Amino acid sequence: MLLAIDTSAGTSVSIVSDDGRMLAERSSDDTRRHAELIGPFLAEVLAAAEVDDARLTHVVAGIGPGPFTGLRVGIAAARAVALARGIPLLAVPSHEAVALQLLEGGVAAGRFAVITDARRREVAVTVFAARLPLPTVVEPAHLVARAAFAPTEGVTPFEVHEIPAASLAHAALARLATGAAFPDPQPLYLRAPDVTLSTPKRVS
Amino acid sequence: MTAQPLVLGIESSCDETGVGIVRGTELLANVIASSMDEHARFGGVVPEIAARAHLEALESTLLAAVEQAGIALEDLDAVAVTSGPGLSGALMVGVGAAKALALALDKPFYAVNHLVGHVGADILRDPGAVDRGELELPTIALLVSGGHTSLLLVRSLTDDVELLGETIDDAAGEAFDKVARLLGLPYPGGPQIDRAAADGDPTAVRFPRGLTLPKDLVAHRYDFSFSGLKTAVARHVEKLRDAGEPVPVADIAASFREAVADVLTAKAIAACVDLGVPRLLLGGGVVANARVRSLAAERAEAAGVSLRIPPLSLCTDNGAMIAAIAAQRIMAGHGPSDLGVGADSTLPVTVVQA
Repeated sequence: MLLAIDTSAGTSVSIVSDDGRMLAERSSDDTRRHAELIGPFLAEVLAAAEVDDARLTHVVAGIGPGPFTGLRVGIAAARAVALARGIPLLAVPSHEAVALQLLEGGVAAGRFAVITDARRREVAVTVFAARLPLPTVVEPAHLVARAAFAPTEGVTPFEVHEIPAASLAHAALARLATGAAFPDPQPLYLRAPDVTLSTPKRVS
Repeated sequence: MTAQPLVLGIESSCDETGVGIVRGTELLANVIASSMDEHARFGGVVPEIAARAHLEALESTLLAAVEQAGIALEDLDAVAVTSGPGLSGALMVGVGAAKALALALDKPFYAVNHLVGHVGADILRDPGAVDRGELELPTIALLVSGGHTSLLLVRSLTDDVELLGETIDDAAGEAFDKVARLLGLPYPGGPQIDRAAADGDPTAVRFPRGLTLPKDLVAHRYDFSFSGLKTAVARHVEKLRDAGEPVPVADIAASFREAVADVLTAKAIAACVDLGVPRLLLGGGVVANARVRSLAAERAEAAGVSLRIPPLSLCTDNGAMIAAIAAQRIMAGHGPSDLGVGADSTLPVTVVQA
């Protein structure tokens, strides 16, 4: 039984059984209230009637890309649960969860791009090739100016505003089943901290 | 709940990731990871760098604290966190982690005020240290750090803290950092200025004392301002450089430090006298400053005020002080915080628990 948390867009928390059934999920597309919502959402899925939370075996963290401040809340929470329960933490790129959802829903085929907002008039893009149980990454997550974004020929773009945590758990299950390695549970920031080295200015 | 609750506290409001564990008022663990070095070349704390560093340090700090305390996480009675005031992005790392930790362990969650935490640091008893006796209330508290300069009247640690005044521009620690840069000294500025000032003449330059004119003492009696002081130092240094004269770093550092220490301690003692509260508590990283300590001691004695300064390891930001306040709240019968509370960068000091 997996607990999956994603705060790369809105906030989504889900518990999924080993065979992929979603047992509980709470989600919001609010892009500003991750620190608030993570508490009640976690409490509600852990307390759901379908869930015996003593049987949790893994925690899955969506590592973005996404706006940093919110993204960190979910990863911090996932790390804390894994540490508290002494169970493994599995990191999954949030775009991979979307790609898998699109494939399983029969929406995407061939080459396609998952696109999410990166603020500052930029979008984060990952290009996938359709393949099950896990889509293949053709171009890893990168930032593109929204105005300049034009999909390559033959690549269908899908811009999404929510990352369902259940899909994150599905991607983790697919990786476990295929023996694919998991990335480090570090945020995919894609952008250096915004700092400029200022030189002291004259005051007189 | 036991009479002496075992509480873990997480602090991430600025550049220190702190995890502390207390049993009632007994200090069991105080582990701190600082990102100070990463901010050094920028001359001040960069919020995004601080927030990234909190996430990096989270697990190792938690595990080290649990090991230091010699407890198991399951033994805890509650999990506490700083929910404000502080840097939003930094606070949120701690808030997200603390809520998840509490829920995964099925323990109550307490969101606590950072500034009240600094006062709470004083009640912690370190088994290895000299017993300093109990904190008496009410007390005036002067909290001075890189992010805060606040004067409080504390009647109760659990539910009665009043803000008397605070800085209207820069925090005192920030002024130390900025003046250090002007003088070509590295970050963090406090210890550097302290060192340079040791050989200087504090009366060499009479730098302004912010908000101490008679009219200011009406409208801003307990408020502070350090921005004008910093500009005055900059002007002084520019004038010397323009004239091709050497900059006497030691004298300027000593004169600047004297101006800061003078205003801080004068206003704090004035509050003690005005309000008839003969007790003053110091907290925050600037308490490490030798002149702030000595002038506070001198003036407190002259005014018949008893002075308390917690050990420096508990004066700078830490998780133990957060755990201490949560433990006090628990012992006073207060229930947990709502799991929906967020980080509040401007949480007022009157809100001890969010």
